[in-house]
Amino acid sequence: ERRLMDVRLGELPAWLATCDLSPQGLLGGVRKAWNSYYDKYINVKRGGPAGISMLLAGYCLLSYGWNYQHIKCHRWRKYH
Amino acid sequence: MSLSFFDQFTSPCLLGIPLILLSMLFPALLLPTPNSRWITNRLSTLQLWFFHLITKQLMTPLNKNGHKWALILTSLMVLLLATNLLGLLPYTFTPTTQLSMNMALAFPLWLATLLTGLRNQPSISLGHLLPEGTPTLLIPALIMIETTSLLIRPLALGVRLTANLTAGHLLIQLISTATIALLPIMPTVSILTALILLLLTILEVAVAMIQAYVFVLLLSLYLQENI
Repeated sequence: ERRLMDVRLGELPAWLATCDLSPQGLLGGVRKAWNSYYDKYINVKRGGPAGISMLLAGYCLLSYGWNYQHIKCHRWRKYH
Repeated sequence: MSLSFFDQFTSPCLLGIPLILLSMLFPALLLPTPNSRWITNRLSTLQLWFFHLITKQLMTPLNKNGHKWALILTSLMVLLLATNLLGLLPYTFTPTTQLSMNMALAFPLWLATLLTGLRNQPSISLGHLLPEGTPTLLIPALIMIETTSLLIRPLALGVRLTANLTAGHLLIQLISTATIALLPIMPTVSILTALILLLLTILEVAVAMIQAYVFVLLLSLYLQENI
Protein backbone atom coordinates (compact mmCIF):
# COMPACT_ATOMS: atom_id res chain seq x y z
CA GLU A 1 0.00 0.00 0.00
CA ARG A 2 2.02 2.95 1.24
CA ARG A 3 5.72 2.92 2.08
CA LEU A 4 6.81 2.66 5.70
CA MET A 5 8.39 6.11 5.75
CA ASP A 6 5.03 7.72 4.86
CA VAL A 7 3.13 6.03 7.70
CA ARG A 8 2.66 8.04 10.89
CA LEU A 9 3.35 6.48 14.28
CA GLY A 10 -0.26 6.26 15.34
CA GLU A 11 -1.26 4.54 12.12
CA LEU A 12 1.37 1.81 12.49
CA PRO A 13 -0.92 -1.05 13.63
CA ALA A 14 -3.37 -0.24 10.83
CA TRP A 15 -0.56 -0.27 8.27
CA LEU A 16 0.77 -3.58 9.66
CA ALA A 17 -2.68 -5.10 9.16
CA THR A 18 -2.69 -4.14 5.48
CA CYS A 19 0.77 -5.43 4.55
CA ASP A 20 1.55 -8.98 3.47
CA LEU A 21 2.90 -10.98 6.40
CA SER A 22 3.32 -14.38 4.73
CA PRO A 23 6.91 -15.72 4.32
CA GLN A 24 6.97 -14.69 0.64
CA GLY A 25 5.64 -11.27 1.54
CA LEU A 26 8.25 -10.76 4.26
CA LEU A 27 11.01 -11.96 1.96
CA GLY A 28 9.80 -9.55 -0.73
CA GLY A 29 9.80 -6.77 1.82
CA VAL A 30 13.37 -7.56 2.89
CA ARG A 31 14.51 -7.70 -0.72
CA LYS A 32 12.87 -4.34 -1.48
CA ALA A 33 14.46 -2.78 1.59
CA TRP A 34 17.90 -4.10 0.67
CA ASN A 35 17.58 -2.96 -2.94
CA SER A 36 16.52 0.54 -1.91
CA TYR A 37 19.47 0.78 0.52
CA TYR A 38 21.87 -0.57 -2.11
CA ASP A 39 20.61 1.78 -4.81
CA LYS A 40 20.72 4.80 -2.53
CA TYR A 41 24.14 4.39 -0.91
CA ILE A 42 26.28 1.88 -2.79
CA ASN A 43 25.14 1.64 -6.41
CA VAL A 44 26.03 5.30 -7.15
CA LYS A 45 28.50 6.77 -9.59
CA ARG A 46 30.88 8.23 -7.03
CA GLY A 47 30.26 6.21 -3.88
CA GLY A 48 32.50 6.45 -0.88
CA PRO A 49 33.15 4.41 2.23
CA ALA A 50 29.86 5.55 3.80
CA GLY A 51 27.64 2.85 2.31
CA ILE A 52 29.73 -0.07 3.47
CA SER A 53 30.59 1.58 6.81
CA MET A 54 26.92 1.90 7.70
CA LEU A 55 26.46 -1.79 6.90
CA LEU A 56 29.42 -2.74 9.09
CA ALA A 57 28.22 -0.53 11.94
CA GLY A 58 24.80 -2.16 11.72
CA TYR A 59 26.49 -5.56 11.77
CA CYS A 60 28.40 -4.63 14.94
CA LEU A 61 25.19 -3.45 16.60
CA LEU A 62 23.39 -6.63 15.57
CA SER A 63 26.20 -8.76 16.99
CA TYR A 64 26.03 -6.78 20.22
CA GLY A 65 22.32 -7.45 20.44
CA TRP A 66 22.88 -11.13 19.76
CA ASN A 67 25.50 -11.28 22.53
CA TYR A 68 23.58 -9.14 25.01
CA GLN A 69 22.46 -11.90 27.35
CA HIS A 70 26.06 -12.94 27.76
CA ILE A 71 27.57 -9.45 28.04
CA LYS A 72 24.99 -8.48 30.69
CA CYS A 73 26.79 -10.67 33.21
CA HIS A 74 30.04 -8.70 32.82
CA ARG A 75 28.56 -5.43 34.06
CA TRP A 76 29.14 -5.70 37.79
CA ARG A 77 32.33 -7.80 37.69
CA LYS A 78 35.06 -6.67 40.07
CA TYR A 79 37.96 -7.87 37.94
CA HIS A 80 37.52 -7.88 34.17
CA MET B 1 28.25 -18.79 34.66
CA SER B 2 32.00 -18.90 34.08
CA LEU B 3 33.37 -15.78 32.45
CA SER B 4 36.80 -16.61 31.11
CA PHE B 5 38.85 -15.20 28.28
CA PHE B 6 37.61 -17.92 25.95
CA ASP B 7 34.03 -16.76 26.12
CA GLN B 8 34.44 -14.71 22.97
CA PHE B 9 34.76 -17.96 21.00
CA THR B 10 31.37 -19.37 21.95
CA SER B 11 28.61 -18.82 19.46
CA PRO B 12 25.65 -17.32 21.33
CA CYS B 13 22.10 -18.18 20.29
CA LEU B 14 19.21 -15.75 20.01
CA LEU B 15 15.79 -17.28 19.49
CA GLY B 16 17.55 -20.52 18.61
CA ILE B 17 19.63 -19.03 15.80
CA PRO B 18 23.37 -19.13 16.48
CA LEU B 19 25.49 -16.10 15.66
CA ILE B 20 27.78 -18.20 13.49
CA LEU B 21 25.03 -18.41 10.88
CA LEU B 22 24.82 -14.64 10.66
CA SER B 23 28.61 -14.30 10.49
CA MET B 24 28.82 -16.76 7.62
CA LEU B 25 25.99 -15.12 5.65
CA PHE B 26 27.00 -11.48 6.17
CA PRO B 27 29.91 -11.34 3.67
CA ALA B 28 27.37 -12.07 0.93
CA LEU B 29 25.91 -8.61 1.52
CA LEU B 30 29.28 -6.96 1.03
CA LEU B 31 29.88 -8.58 -2.35
CA PRO B 32 27.30 -7.32 -4.84
CA THR B 33 26.56 -9.38 -7.93
CA PRO B 34 27.83 -7.47 -10.97
CA ASN B 35 25.01 -6.46 -13.28
CA SER B 36 25.21 -6.34 -17.03
CA ARG B 37 26.34 -2.71 -17.28
CA TRP B 38 29.78 -1.86 -18.57
CA ILE B 39 30.54 0.75 -15.93
CA THR B 40 29.21 -0.24 -12.51
CA ASN B 41 29.56 1.33 -9.08
CA ARG B 42 32.92 1.63 -7.34
CA LEU B 43 32.32 -1.38 -5.11
CA SER B 44 31.66 -3.68 -8.07
CA THR B 45 34.70 -2.36 -9.91
CA LEU B 46 36.92 -2.90 -6.88
CA GLN B 47 35.49 -6.36 -6.40
CA LEU B 48 36.08 -7.29 -10.04
CA TRP B 49 39.65 -6.02 -9.96
CA PHE B 50 40.34 -7.93 -6.75
CA PHE B 51 38.87 -11.20 -8.04
CA HIS B 52 40.93 -10.91 -11.23
CA LEU B 53 44.04 -10.38 -9.14
CA ILE B 54 43.38 -13.44 -6.96
CA THR B 55 42.43 -15.70 -9.85
CA LYS B 56 45.45 -14.73 -11.93
CA GLN B 57 47.76 -15.24 -8.95
CA LEU B 58 46.36 -18.68 -8.12
CA MET B 59 45.91 -20.03 -11.63
CA THR B 60 49.24 -19.06 -13.23
CA PRO B 61 51.19 -22.09 -11.90
CA LEU B 62 48.41 -24.55 -12.74
CA ASN B 63 47.93 -26.35 -16.03
CA LYS B 64 44.72 -26.43 -18.06
CA ASN B 65 43.11 -29.15 -15.93
CA GLY B 66 43.78 -27.19 -12.78
CA HIS B 67 41.79 -24.23 -14.07
CA LYS B 68 38.62 -26.16 -13.26
CA TRP B 69 39.41 -25.38 -9.64
CA ALA B 70 39.38 -21.62 -10.22
CA LEU B 71 35.85 -21.06 -8.91
CA ILE B 72 36.22 -23.01 -5.69
CA LEU B 73 39.65 -21.64 -4.84
CA THR B 74 38.71 -18.02 -5.49
CA SER B 75 35.45 -18.24 -3.56
CA LEU B 76 37.23 -19.99 -0.68
CA MET B 77 39.80 -17.19 -0.61
CA VAL B 78 37.10 -14.52 -0.56
CA LEU B 79 35.15 -16.32 2.17
CA LEU B 80 38.19 -16.68 4.42
CA LEU B 81 39.31 -13.10 3.82
CA ALA B 82 35.87 -11.69 4.55
CA THR B 83 35.21 -13.77 7.68
CA ASN B 84 38.70 -13.13 9.07
CA LEU B 85 38.53 -9.38 8.55
CA LEU B 86 34.95 -9.05 9.79
CA GLY B 87 35.96 -10.84 12.98
CA LEU B 88 38.16 -7.90 13.91
CA LEU B 89 35.15 -5.60 14.39
CA PRO B 90 33.91 -5.23 17.97
CA TYR B 91 31.36 -7.75 19.31
CA THR B 92 31.45 -9.83 16.11
CA PHE B 93 31.97 -13.56 15.92
CA THR B 94 34.70 -15.13 13.77
CA PRO B 95 33.65 -18.52 12.45
CA THR B 96 37.22 -19.38 11.45
CA THR B 97 38.29 -19.57 15.09
CA GLN B 98 36.32 -22.79 15.34
CA LEU B 99 38.48 -25.82 14.58
CA SER B 100 35.43 -27.72 13.36
CA MET B 101 34.81 -25.25 10.57
CA ASN B 102 38.44 -25.08 9.44
CA MET B 103 38.80 -28.84 9.41
CA ALA B 104 35.56 -29.07 7.46
CA LEU B 105 37.11 -26.75 4.87
CA ALA B 106 40.60 -28.25 4.82
CA PHE B 107 39.99 -31.99 4.94
CA PRO B 108 37.61 -32.46 1.97
CA LEU B 109 39.60 -30.14 -0.29
CA TRP B 110 42.91 -31.83 0.54
CA LEU B 111 41.30 -35.25 0.02
CA ALA B 112 39.96 -34.05 -3.33
CA THR B 113 43.45 -33.08 -4.49
CA LEU B 114 44.86 -36.41 -3.29
CA LEU B 115 42.17 -38.50 -4.97
CA THR B 116 42.47 -36.49 -8.21
CA GLY B 117 46.16 -37.29 -8.30
CA LEU B 118 45.77 -40.96 -7.41
CA ARG B 119 43.02 -41.44 -9.97
CA ASN B 120 44.50 -39.64 -12.98
CA GLN B 121 48.23 -40.09 -12.54
CA PRO B 122 48.87 -42.65 -9.78
CA SER B 123 52.57 -43.26 -10.39
CA ILE B 124 53.43 -39.56 -10.53
CA SER B 125 51.45 -38.90 -7.33
CA LEU B 126 53.15 -41.75 -5.53
CA GLY B 127 56.45 -40.61 -6.96
CA HIS B 128 56.17 -37.42 -4.91
CA LEU B 129 56.74 -39.56 -1.85
CA LEU B 130 60.43 -39.93 -2.70
CA PRO B 131 62.52 -36.84 -3.47
CA GLU B 132 65.09 -37.13 -6.27
CA GLY B 133 68.63 -38.13 -5.51
CA THR B 134 68.13 -39.74 -2.11
CA PRO B 135 70.74 -42.34 -1.06
CA THR B 136 69.43 -45.92 -1.40
CA LEU B 137 69.78 -46.74 2.29
CA LEU B 138 67.56 -43.82 3.28
CA ILE B 139 64.67 -44.74 0.96
CA PRO B 140 62.45 -46.69 3.42
CA ALA B 141 62.80 -44.08 6.14
CA LEU B 142 62.14 -41.26 3.72
CA ILE B 143 59.02 -42.91 2.30
CA MET B 144 57.61 -43.19 5.81
CA ILE B 145 58.47 -39.60 6.59
CA GLU B 146 56.96 -38.31 3.36
CA THR B 147 53.78 -40.35 3.90
CA THR B 148 53.42 -38.93 7.38
CA SER B 149 53.95 -35.45 6.05
CA LEU B 150 51.32 -36.07 3.38
CA LEU B 151 48.76 -37.37 5.85
CA ILE B 152 49.30 -34.53 8.28
CA ARG B 153 48.59 -31.82 5.67
CA PRO B 154 44.84 -31.38 6.33
CA LEU B 155 45.44 -31.22 10.06
CA ALA B 156 48.12 -28.60 9.55
CA LEU B 157 45.92 -26.56 7.23
CA GLY B 158 43.02 -26.47 9.66
CA VAL B 159 44.99 -25.99 12.83
CA ARG B 160 47.19 -23.26 11.33
CA LEU B 161 44.19 -21.08 10.52
CA THR B 162 42.44 -21.76 13.82
CA ALA B 163 45.52 -21.21 15.97
CA ASN B 164 46.57 -17.98 14.27
CA LEU B 165 43.18 -16.36 14.53
CA THR B 166 42.38 -17.60 18.02
CA ALA B 167 45.76 -16.48 19.34
CA GLY B 168 45.35 -13.06 17.77
CA HIS B 169 41.89 -12.51 19.24
CA LEU B 170 43.02 -13.68 22.67
CA LEU B 171 46.04 -11.36 22.61
CA ILE B 172 43.85 -8.40 21.69
CA GLN B 173 41.49 -9.19 24.54
CA LEU B 174 44.30 -9.65 27.09
CA ILE B 175 46.16 -6.47 26.15
CA SER B 176 42.99 -4.38 26.10
CA THR B 177 42.08 -5.75 29.54
CA ALA B 178 45.54 -4.73 30.76
CA THR B 179 45.17 -1.24 29.26
CA ILE B 180 41.86 -0.61 30.95
CA ALA B 181 42.99 -2.08 34.26
CA LEU B 182 46.14 0.04 34.30
CA LEU B 183 44.41 3.30 33.40
CA PRO B 184 43.56 4.46 36.96
CA ILE B 185 46.80 3.12 38.43
CA MET B 186 49.67 4.01 36.07
CA PRO B 187 48.43 6.15 33.13
CA THR B 188 51.82 6.26 31.38
CA VAL B 189 52.13 2.49 31.25
CA SER B 190 48.53 2.36 30.13
CA ILE B 191 49.31 4.62 27.18
CA LEU B 192 52.28 2.42 26.24
CA THR B 193 50.02 -0.62 26.39
CA ALA B 194 47.51 1.19 24.21
CA LEU B 195 50.29 1.76 21.67
CA ILE B 196 51.08 -1.96 21.73
CA LEU B 197 47.38 -2.63 21.22
CA LEU B 198 47.34 -0.39 18.15
CA LEU B 199 50.35 -2.18 16.64
CA LEU B 200 48.81 -5.54 17.47
CA THR B 201 45.57 -4.61 15.74
CA ILE B 202 47.49 -3.67 12.60
CA LEU B 203 49.29 -7.00 12.84
CA GLU B 204 45.98 -8.81 13.24
CA VAL B 205 44.61 -7.22 10.09
CA ALA B 206 47.71 -8.40 8.23
CA VAL B 207 47.50 -11.87 9.76
CA ALA B 208 43.84 -12.19 8.80
CA MET B 209 44.68 -11.52 5.16
CA ILE B 210 47.87 -13.57 5.10
CA GLN B 211 46.29 -16.64 6.71
CA ALA B 212 43.48 -16.69 4.18
CA TYR B 213 46.03 -16.40 1.36
CA VAL B 214 48.29 -19.12 2.82
CA PHE B 215 45.38 -21.55 3.20
CA VAL B 216 44.36 -21.23 -0.42
CA LEU B 217 47.94 -21.08 -1.71
CA LEU B 218 48.85 -24.33 0.01
CA LEU B 219 45.76 -26.00 -1.40
CA SER B 220 46.72 -24.85 -4.90
CA LEU B 221 50.24 -26.19 -4.27
CA TYR B 222 48.87 -29.58 -3.29
CA LEU B 223 46.74 -29.41 -6.42
CA GLN B 224 49.77 -28.63 -8.59
CA GLU B 225 51.48 -31.82 -7.49
CA ASN B 226 48.48 -33.95 -8.26
CA ILE B 227 46.84 -32.65 -11.41
